[in-house]
Amino acid sequence: MRFRGKLVEIGCIHHFTRVIGTVSKLIKQCVLRITPANWYFILSEKLVNGGVQIWCDLPQGHFFDEYAMEGVCQEANEIYLELAPENLVKALKTAQNAKWIKIKLTKKNTPYLTVEVDLPTLSAHSRTVVHDIPVYVVPRRLWPEYEEPKLPDFDVSIVMPQLKLLRNIVDKMKNLSNYVALSANQNGEMKLMVETDMVSVSTHFRDLLNPAVNRGDDSEEPDPEVFSEARIDIRKLAQFLVGQQINYTRVICNIVHRRVVHFLLLHDDVSLQYFMPVVAS
Amino acid sequence: MALSTQEGSGDSHYVLNVRLDNAKNVSNLLKAIHFKETATVFASSMGLKVTVEDAKCIQANAFIQEGVFHEFTIKEEQLTFKINLTVLLECLTIFGSTSFPGVTTSLKMCYAGYGCPLVLILEEDGVLTDCNIKTLEADEVLDFNFCSSNVVNKIIMKSECLKEAFNELDMSSDILEILMSPDAPYFRLSTFGNSGSTHSDFPKDSDMVESFQCSQTQTNRYKISLLKPSVKALGHSTRVSIRTDNRGFLSLQYMIKNEDGQICFVEYYCVPDEDLDEPDH
Repeated sequence: MRFRGKLVEIGCIHHFTRVIGTVSKLIKQCVLRITPANWYFILSEKLVNGGVQIWCDLPQGHFFDEYAMEGVCQEANEIYLELAPENLVKALKTAQNAKWIKIKLTKKNTPYLTVEVDLPTLSAHSRTVVHDIPVYVVPRRLWPEYEEPKLPDFDVSIVMPQLKLLRNIVDKMKNLSNYVALSANQNGEMKLMVETDMVSVSTHFRDLLNPAVNRGDDSEEPDPEVFSEARIDIRKLAQFLVGQQINYTRVICNIVHRRVVHFLLLHDDVSLQYFMPVVAS
Repeated sequence: MALSTQEGSGDSHYVLNVRLDNAKNVSNLLKAIHFKETATVFASSMGLKVTVEDAKCIQANAFIQEGVFHEFTIKEEQLTFKINLTVLLECLTIFGSTSFPGVTTSLKMCYAGYGCPLVLILEEDGVLTDCNIKTLEADEVLDFNFCSSNVVNKIIMKSECLKEAFNELDMSSDILEILMSPDAPYFRLSTFGNSGSTHSDFPKDSDMVESFQCSQTQTNRYKISLLKPSVKALGHSTRVSIRTDNRGFLSLQYMIKNEDGQICFVEYYCVPDEDLDEPDH
């Protein structure tokens, strides 16, 4: 098992930091899956712990200048590591004006992801900072737990309004209730609603886009006016909105009525998927 | 369905119906008196008066005159109800308090009478929020019987200098002593805390003092925990009028200018601390 990669472009370093920063705001501990083509950050919570699933993929060619890896064996050329993304962010924070960053998988009694940062100097001597991030190598028999979540057949697919505005609203609603009902239809309308003994508040967004949904031939087109609804934990939603550090080109919200909300965030080649199951009322 | 409220056709059954283009003009005034969860609202043809009380010793009133609203219709002589102020403020600022320049939140507020909820419809940039806040049985509010004919001492000053003094009050002291006198030291705030006593003197000919009308030396003590909330009003205001009457009751009137340049008032009444009150002059 080997891995080494090198980032040189400063723009790539910054973008890489922002992506991992976003991931670290969402999860404390996650699995990093390294394949010849991609880096994946994966969280798959057990249903009893809330059942949130996160799937973030980064095409390595977008970030790394040099990239070499060797998986556990020939037929499974992949590496699965468990780590705290926050540690990676801390290491990258020191690299905001670095000449280059090398990321390696090393073994010093226990396995580490070693981040080597070369900082600019005025003299001839180089200045290198090395961070060792402890990782846990996930054995191959556990890999099936971290498969890409299957996309269910969504009832509604809608482009989200500006995240900043949404964040303000959800932040206020968070003070009123623990749950929010998120609903949308195929007519470009989205609704956020909280209800308590004291107050009911609902915010309506109109004129949003509905991306085309690929449906099986057997299912008929639903009524565009009908809202599909999901009642979710408002704190999780707020946390998800606060953590975003990337300017996405598109944020799509998919809803399976009373089952699950799926957020798909796209930026160039990077994509982040966030599955939030509903909370029973 | 909630959306039907925006049609405007069903407005006839509301006994109170107000509208304004900038919800901040109301929310800023309410923030200035928000030191308790619930508030009592009085509506008349003059406008709205919102009262907050604590411990039967302090009362804050915000006056939102009819001129602040772009539309103000009331079908009864006077309406009174109690409402959760915290919830009301969350609703009024649902789009976030730091909005983009030039974008304001418009507000329509309706009340259908005793037992009915207060309905708010807020709109910003095409996004609509409906709120239904339960109203509560109004309690009787205190009458401090503070007449201007009984006023002994009165000082009008710019808020900023008092704000500094108030923000730095030694909270380990139970009481704040206010001395007002036609002779030196004219106006003095004193605290007696764990680490010693402090005195802040304001000379009467300072640039900050705009009017000084003190007819007799008066030293009164007030519970600091009761007065501390008035700092909220101080922060929003430009001028403050400090008055005491012959019983030692304190009245603080704050002049608050809203974003449209209109002047509104918020007033605090506080009773003196009884057992420490000196026999009187």
